Amino acid sequence: MFLTLAVKSLIHRKVAVSLSVIAMSVSVFALLGVEHARHQIKDNFYNTVSGVDLIVGSRTSSINLLLYSVFRVGSPTRNIKHERYEELLGDENIKWSVPISLGDSHDGFRVVGTIPVYFDKIKFGKKKDLSFSSGRSFAEPFELVLGSEVSSALGYKLGDQITLSHGISESSFLEHKNFPFTVTGILEATGTPIDRALYVGLSGLELIHMPPNQVRRSIKELDKGVPIKVDEITAVMLGLENRLTTFKIQEKINRFQKEPLIAVIPGVALSELWQMVRLLENSLLLVTILVFVAACLGLSAMLLSSIRERHKEIQLLRIIGAPSIFLFLLIELESLLITLISIFIGMFFLSFSIFILQDFLVSFFTMSITPNIFNRDTTRILIILIIAAFVTSIVPAFLAYRSSKNLVI
Amino acid sequence: MSIKFSNVIHSYGSSSDHWTLKIANWEIGGNESIFIHGPSGCGKTTLLRLIAGLINPLQGSISVLNKRIDLMDQREKDRFRANNVGFVFQEFNLIPYLSAIENVRLAQKFAGRQIKMAELFGLFAELNLKDHDLHKPTNQLSIGEKQRVAIVRAMINRPNLLIVDEPTSSLDKTNKDDFMRLLMDSTESNGTLLLFVSHEYHLSSFFNKAIALNEIAQIQGS
Repeated sequence: MFLTLAVKSLIHRKVAVSLSVIAMSVSVFALLGVEHARHQIKDNFYNTVSGVDLIVGSRTSSINLLLYSVFRVGSPTRNIKHERYEELLGDENIKWSVPISLGDSHDGFRVVGTIPVYFDKIKFGKKKDLSFSSGRSFAEPFELVLGSEVSSALGYKLGDQITLSHGISESSFLEHKNFPFTVTGILEATGTPIDRALYVGLSGLELIHMPPNQVRRSIKELDKGVPIKVDEITAVMLGLENRLTTFKIQEKINRFQKEPLIAVIPGVALSELWQMVRLLENSLLLVTILVFVAACLGLSAMLLSSIRERHKEIQLLRIIGAPSIFLFLLIELESLLITLISIFIGMFFLSFSIFILQDFLVSFFTMSITPNIFNRDTTRILIILIIAAFVTSIVPAFLAYRSSKNLVI
Repeated sequence: MSIKFSNVIHSYGSSSDHWTLKIANWEIGGNESIFIHGPSGCGKTTLLRLIAGLINPLQGSISVLNKRIDLMDQREKDRFRANNVGFVFQEFNLIPYLSAIENVRLAQKFAGRQIKMAELFGLFAELNLKDHDLHKPTNQLSIGEKQRVAIVRAMINRPNLLIVDEPTSSLDKTNKDDFMRLLMDSTESNGTLLLFVSHEYHLSSFFNKAIALNEIAQIQGS
């Protein structure tokens, strides 16, 4: 009967209640949406590189190494000699290694020189494998693989010929016009910087930087089985046999005498980098909390004004024997119902919107966000929402309680 | 079963110098039906509020159904009203968005009583309320239907005392007569003490006893 009374009372005041539900649903949508996006962005950020135990580069700060090797932002201070990579290959603790070489670009997108193993060993998300939406890895020096965003932004398809530019500027003056690369593969979208790069073999990258006559000679030698000598690379991704040896290998590389190197653990460096964007994260959280506080105050105002309208009803309930506390609890129950309906609507539209916009978010913002918004954090937020709605309804509920004490017939 | 006033002074302020109603001694009892009349604004409603324990006297004692209502705390008064007192008001004061059944069951709930649905439907049928009207919100019922629902709600807990405040002032003659007949039948069959307040003196013929308020009380504007 208590629930029936509350439900029918809300239906009776459907216009005012609907406005409150809309305001609250929007705030639940915004609060959970921002929180979900924040968590997903953080997860994506931490999942940018996965399965890599150490990243090795020339000595610089760990964040700088992470930025240029993983996020393709900024430039290395120096390259490292290819011999160092060969030495690392000989270490029995190292299970696999993938060199990368940066420095060229195409239409503003970075070019990554690497080896085909890159597509097997480098993971993203929760150790998800890279996969090709079409084609295959590069096998010859002048073959190239596109990240999904490069492919969609520039409209390239398999078999297209692409030339690379020296440097990373969008308007580079030095274009390697004489050595076009053929697109042999396009990667699936990952929602990480992998999507925004072009991938070529280290040998191809080495060739386009040689004088033309040396290129012809090198290609002839390559045909005879003599590999193209790579002098320098930018960084090396390492996978270890045993993760317990991570710190030992890291220390060994950091103390390397022949060349100043640094080895960073990706997870640690990512944490350091995330700390730098903490302010933005907290600002987002603050905005969403303010949105919700505004909605709670709106709910409280609606309930307050309804108490004035319902003075006669309150008196009547009291006269037929309702204790004052019943009126207090009735207002709280109505507030709870409005909050629960708003949560349901807000969550439904949020999940639905993410579901509809999922591909768009990956394609245009490289944000991989799942429509499943249920998790431990969401549950915690929902409990806080309900408690906050209860607390903000105490004033109108108390007013109803007090009003019921002064009976007039 | 009686109502007894002894040296009661009521004031809306805290001083007895500005009293609004004084009743030295007044007692009614048994299964009577009492009609209290007087012009509008003479203090009839104040008298009902004192009897129902909705306001307390400044001085004196009020016993209702042999209980000192002026000495009860708020909770005791709530329980006493729910168990012993029925009310019918001028505008019937039904909760507009609840159905007739829900209005009646709500009153039952606060009294902590249970009545079988079949019995409830029987009660409505006795008052010529059709089944399909019982599930409509009461704001969709006619005045005649509302007054009958109000009587059922007031009588459902078989109260010892029924307080009726100017219920007929907005009704036409036919509705007025129907209402009075239903009310008298219901209270007589339950042995309920009926206290009926109105300025319409011609209704006094329905009652055992008619009292002008100024016969039992001194009245003064505050």
